Amino acid sequence: MANFDLNDDGVVVIVGSGAGGGTLGNELAQKGIKIVILEAGDRNEIQDFVNDEWESFAQLAWKDMRATSGSWRVHRDFPNLPAWVVKSVGGTTIHWAGASLRFQEHEFKSRSTFGPIPGANLIDWPITLDELAPYYDKAEDKIGVTGTHGIPRLPGNNNFKVLQAGALKLGYKEIHTGNMAINSEPRAGRGGCQQIGFCFQGCKSGAKWSTLYAEIPAGEATGNLEVRPNAMVVKIEHDDQGKVTGVVYADTENGGALRRQKARIVAVAGNSLESPRLLLNSASAKFPDGLANSSGQVGRNYMRHTTGTVYGIFDQPVHMYRGTTMAGIVRDEARNDPSRGFVAGYELETLSLGLPFLAAFLDPGAWGRQFTSALDDYTRMAGMWIVGEDMPQETNRVTLDPEVKDANGLPVTSVHYDDHANDLAMREHAYSRGTAIYEAVGATRVIRTPPYPSTHNLGTNRMSEKPRDGVVNKWGQTHDIKNLFVSDGSQFTTGAACNPTLTIVALATQQADYIAQQMSQKAI
Amino acid sequence: MREIDRRVQVRRRVFLRGAATAVPAVALAAAGMGISAEAAWAQDAETLKPHTMATLVRLARDIYPHDQIADVYYIKAVQPYDGKAGKDAGLRDLLEKGVAQLDADAQNRYKRAYLDVPAESERLVVIQVMTETPFFNKVRSDLIVSLYNQPDLWRRFGYEGSSFEYGGYINRGFNDIDWLPKV
Repeated sequence: MANFDLNDDGVVVIVGSGAGGGTLGNELAQKGIKIVILEAGDRNEIQDFVNDEWESFAQLAWKDMRATSGSWRVHRDFPNLPAWVVKSVGGTTIHWAGASLRFQEHEFKSRSTFGPIPGANLIDWPITLDELAPYYDKAEDKIGVTGTHGIPRLPGNNNFKVLQAGALKLGYKEIHTGNMAINSEPRAGRGGCQQIGFCFQGCKSGAKWSTLYAEIPAGEATGNLEVRPNAMVVKIEHDDQGKVTGVVYADTENGGALRRQKARIVAVAGNSLESPRLLLNSASAKFPDGLANSSGQVGRNYMRHTTGTVYGIFDQPVHMYRGTTMAGIVRDEARNDPSRGFVAGYELETLSLGLPFLAAFLDPGAWGRQFTSALDDYTRMAGMWIVGEDMPQETNRVTLDPEVKDANGLPVTSVHYDDHANDLAMREHAYSRGTAIYEAVGATRVIRTPPYPSTHNLGTNRMSEKPRDGVVNKWGQTHDIKNLFVSDGSQFTTGAACNPTLTIVALATQQADYIAQQMSQKAI
Repeated sequence: MREIDRRVQVRRRVFLRGAATAVPAVALAAAGMGISAEAAWAQDAETLKPHTMATLVRLARDIYPHDQIADVYYIKAVQPYDGKAGKDAGLRDLLEKGVAQLDADAQNRYKRAYLDVPAESERLVVIQVMTETPFFNKVRSDLIVSLYNQPDLWRRFGYEGSSFEYGGYINRGFNDIDWLPKV
């Protein structure tokens, strides 16, 4: 395993080890490039994971203080927990459900497709589906997506069968157990899914792809990749020419002692809440508004998908918690069809929570028999989650909190989010369709659950053709600083009606090719 | 479909002090381990008044009523407040004053302490005027974890908890639903 010197200025430093950072690190290490991944969290391995929702949350979740504001209900229900993401080696690929869907062609062309939408800060992506398709192919093969590359789909669990039966009754056509980065049979040195049911708590069988036990060990085996856990990057440094020269990080296992790691290139992959925070906290005399922020777009256009959950209660048992959490999908509503009263589309995907988390999330703040009677029906409940494209808005943004500081003395992340009228119309439509699906197969009660803390955090360092519209170009390279990259979902120009991880992996794979080529040409 | 036996199993220790130490919950429930300031578990409190402890348990049951759940689970959910209040005077004040306010309102309406108001519907009238208070919000939000995160209680709801040590559900009913209409 590699162990690079703090003064080695030939390394590529990657901040974060999740879908973006972990993938980029391995891809570059395979090409012979020296990599240091700095991960804010600890290193928990498969054997450390627990099938216990609160204990796992304490072990894995990013719990550092954050602030919120805006009209979104998360601000009311979870004012200091805007996002449910992971602080541990592997990042949110430990927690993710595994849904791996490609964007539709028009979803790279939001502005052209939707036209002007008041209040929305829409632009087209600087890349097309055709350009990204070869990388989608590589990404699907790498992470082992069911329903692609000859990989069989997973069997449907009870929760899926309820969704499927209801959706078929309503005439929906595109219904299946998903394109999942969960092995339906042993593959790539990892076993097949055991239908354990705790996908969000870290997969105990390793059937679900995670950078923790797929990309990172593969990169480490090359001798070119070093992962340093408990290394919270607090600042990116640059020289007089405006090129980045390295990072300063707090070694949180050693009392937060500050270390300086020099670098030839820095790639930021700390999730859409931390990546812009790091760029903003790296402000200097030369870059008073933060790094890569000449457009003023760093932190803006925060997206989190239009979400919500529909739970149906039946007169007979379902046991939704048995088996994969995201066990199947209805895609018919993912199309863009403004006749529904909104632009863009949404997916319906099964979701289940254990009793402890269902109590916490079913209707935060609720009490009394209306609430408890739903929990009493736990075994007779089925659940589906809405994943819809939300509108980027300039005022939905990540900023530095003016008052609250973290353990390292740095301003914490503050997240402002107002639902757009299009988001609200879409959510209402999705709630209604979800209700109809369950009622079609005999639901005696249907509950609309408000959005959970965000798991899909997107857009705060968005990709743009023109430097004035965004932060990075089509390779995730910042418009302002050529040896500074963004490698996570904060690059997303728009969110599309699907889970983001596959696209993050595809973009990181493309970025690795670009970085290697630019390095060999001595361009960076 | 594989259904699970929801009966409480007499195999684990219960962490109640005093007279209740190491007595299984099922035995406590059978012995009428009820909501009363005279009960040993309430008398055992070191910081909070026994009446406060008993009232908090009654309130817990009124906030999250589950008729299939014995009082002992509500007692276990509330009991840590005594230790915490011993280290946190602010919390002690919040709880003692909150209970006093519940009692004052119950006295006004029903001429008796909250704990002694016999009808749930009448106690709910008292709670309704308290729902915006820090006291109510503290108790309610703590209960979401302290009540529902008791593994002993999950089986009463039909939730099976950790599954990997049993090989997951691949051979234990993940797809055994048998009542859906054929489409």
